[in-house]
Amino acid sequence: MTAPIPDPMLPRPFRIEKVRRDLSDTFTMELVPAEGGEFTFAAGQFNMLYVFGVGEVPISISGDPGDRSVLVHTTRAVGAVTKALDALKAGEVVGVRGPYGTPWPVEAAFGHDLVFVAGGVGLAPLRPAIYQAMANRERFGRVVVFYGARTPEDILFKRELERWRGRFDMSVHVTVDRATGKWSGNVGVVTNLVAKGGFDPSATMAFVCGPEVMMRYSAAALEKRGVARPSIYMSMERNMKCGCGLCGHCQWGPHFVCKDGPVFRYDRIADLLSIREL
Amino acid sequence: MGQPHDLGNIIDEHPFFKGIDSGLRDLLVGCAANERFEVGEFLAREGRPADKFYLLRAGQVAVEVDVPGKQPVVLETMGEGEVLGWSWVVPPYVSTFDCRAATLVRALSFDGKCLRAKMENDPALGYEVLRRFVPMMGHRLASARLQILDLYGPSVAKAVKSKKKAG
Amino acid sequence: MPGVDGPKTTTFALDKAGLDRLIAALRRRGYRVIGPSVADDAVVYGDVASAADLPAGLGDEQAGGRYRLRRRDDGALFGYTVAPQGWKRHLYPPRQKLFAARRSAAGFEMLPPEPPAAPMAFLGVRACEVAAIAIQARVFGDKAYPDPGYGQRLAAAFVVAVECAQAGGTCFCASMGSGPAVSGGFDVKLVELAGSGRHLFLASAGSPAGTDLLAELDAPEAAPGDVAEAERQVAVVAGAMGRTMAAETARTLGEHAEHPRWDEVAKRCLTCGNCTMVCPTCFCTTVEDSTDLKGEHAERWRKWDSCFTVDFSYIHGGSVRTEGRSRYRQWITHKLSSWHAQFGSSGCVGCGRCITWCPVGIDITEEVAAIQASRK
Repeated sequence: MTAPIPDPMLPRPFRIEKVRRDLSDTFTMELVPAEGGEFTFAAGQFNMLYVFGVGEVPISISGDPGDRSVLVHTTRAVGAVTKALDALKAGEVVGVRGPYGTPWPVEAAFGHDLVFVAGGVGLAPLRPAIYQAMANRERFGRVVVFYGARTPEDILFKRELERWRGRFDMSVHVTVDRATGKWSGNVGVVTNLVAKGGFDPSATMAFVCGPEVMMRYSAAALEKRGVARPSIYMSMERNMKCGCGLCGHCQWGPHFVCKDGPVFRYDRIADLLSIREL
Repeated sequence: MGQPHDLGNIIDEHPFFKGIDSGLRDLLVGCAANERFEVGEFLAREGRPADKFYLLRAGQVAVEVDVPGKQPVVLETMGEGEVLGWSWVVPPYVSTFDCRAATLVRALSFDGKCLRAKMENDPALGYEVLRRFVPMMGHRLASARLQILDLYGPSVAKAVKSKKKAG
Repeated sequence: MPGVDGPKTTTFALDKAGLDRLIAALRRRGYRVIGPSVADDAVVYGDVASAADLPAGLGDEQAGGRYRLRRRDDGALFGYTVAPQGWKRHLYPPRQKLFAARRSAAGFEMLPPEPPAAPMAFLGVRACEVAAIAIQARVFGDKAYPDPGYGQRLAAAFVVAVECAQAGGTCFCASMGSGPAVSGGFDVKLVELAGSGRHLFLASAGSPAGTDLLAELDAPEAAPGDVAEAERQVAVVAGAMGRTMAAETARTLGEHAEHPRWDEVAKRCLTCGNCTMVCPTCFCTTVEDSTDLKGEHAERWRKWDSCFTVDFSYIHGGSVRTEGRSRYRQWITHKLSSWHAQFGSSGCVGCGRCITWCPVGIDITEEVAAIQASRK
């Protein structure tokens, strides 16, 4: 044997540069390699983040794939490890393994209308693809973002959505399941936005990310609108302990969500989506 | 009120009646009127006769429920290209929710009584209209069911509490 | 690591003393020799120092939910079929330290890994176990992120395979194409000929390291009659298995996700996970993080896990597979069906351990047969 195989289970230390609170339970961290160097990833990939002594958790990357100097993660604090992550401050160190998984096929979408359908914190894994699309704006027809959140207070990346909406070359539609306060925007599920169209279904690639139920119904709405199954992609979530196909936890039918996904082409998984407890 | 010719065009161009047979469309025109609602005006009121439905052409309508002591709860918003109201086709023809213009709204309204009479007389028209309403009603029902799933939980109240604790 | 079958090599005849010399030669080469011995009324694969440690004159009786050692009168050293735990235990231990780290001013630093353990020589690897090792080598090696520990341990290992002289009570390797003849994946192959007044081990090499080792043992070449007897013996074993796997149904089991049979098997299955613990190819693991009391030193351990636990499929909010039927279905469809898509073969080698060690005797071949029957 020649060079030793690098151990995929060893985290690399990253220092927290900045922490920003997005929502009451959701925060974004900017990380830089503690020992210097860069971080390269493709939109849609994820990392395993390690909190010293607490554990690891798979978190998708939410930053710009064009910027290798900083690694950005947006996390919702719902479990032991994500809550421990939430408690960390700038200057502290987390372990990073990755990037893992399949990317959003942004380049394969060149020449198409590009439709993003996001639900809740599902906007975070899509944001790198949105950045990449905007960096290559002239390569696409229409670029449309449909985003559904629980309430107006739960809208992730609100300022950025407003900024995107202000652009002349992108349309952004936001809806909430439940209106509160002075919300004057759309009320209703995100699939309603999809149903209204605003893109050429025969020449559209759609990237969908959110809770699994939301993705199933969004894919159905896209299909009903005329988007072909092979042009729809979604990002799946399953339990993961390793992120790289060794631990077996994320298996879903014949797939390892960590390495065959998380981004799957809809026609390849549509049958699996309808099997309970798979 | 617009000319019958213009109303016919509006019906043809609206997604809801897209592709309708021109003869049947002319029957629709006889029951249609162009309308405009300022912000805050109601297109329908809960418990009152549902004598109309609307093809929305511009603006946004909030379907809402009044809750004493609170802001009205907006259940859903509807806008351009959508159809509003189906209580006119279901006895006893009473509106289920308030429908308020959230912005300036332009719509084509249809007189329910007028259209029901024509549909009785002409089953082809009756079938054509219902053929378009039933999928819309199914879609609304499915959407409402998804909405009550509260897919993106956990609850705001809980989250606010944890923020305080972290605070 | 053993190579594939090379050109025909010489077959030597070792007696018990010759086998001792083989073990001694392995130990001289720095190998930790691991072979069968008896503990807790079962055969276990552990450290052996000489042929005297082997389970002389013991066989096993295996059936659904039943395992017993029994005396045999021929003094055979490899008279059992397979031990409850396979070689996985040594190549991919139930607990493995992934890393240790120490809190530092800059956050934390990774502590250097421990030096690799001594290379292992496995004595008594059955054909199905050779196949299982090859399958796990693909699981851990054939991917973008291979597991370096497994790769190193296997590459350093010396495999002494021993062909089965009888079929076990729950075996079906013949129908899985993984035995009983050992045809590759070994450094040295032994065939034990016991009884009829002689006790021999026919030894042949399967790799240069094996050739080298056998040359040192000063053993005579085997008599042609004994070589023929060895071939006859394994042919008898192949025909003596009580079970067969319905191969095509097994391969396409994933297509029967909604089959009513899952409800039937779930009525019996205790979801205890025994089958996954004894299966020589099951590879799922979880991780465990800990710190010392001061929180200065942290470790991360990898532990065998089972898809039969509810927590296995936990995602925030709940587990995906809450019902026993879903968990049994996951295990068997993965093993027999999705494994083909993932690793290019079945994940089952027909060793029968999952049948023997199932407390309620659920039989993997019977479950497949039931679904096969309903297809007709």
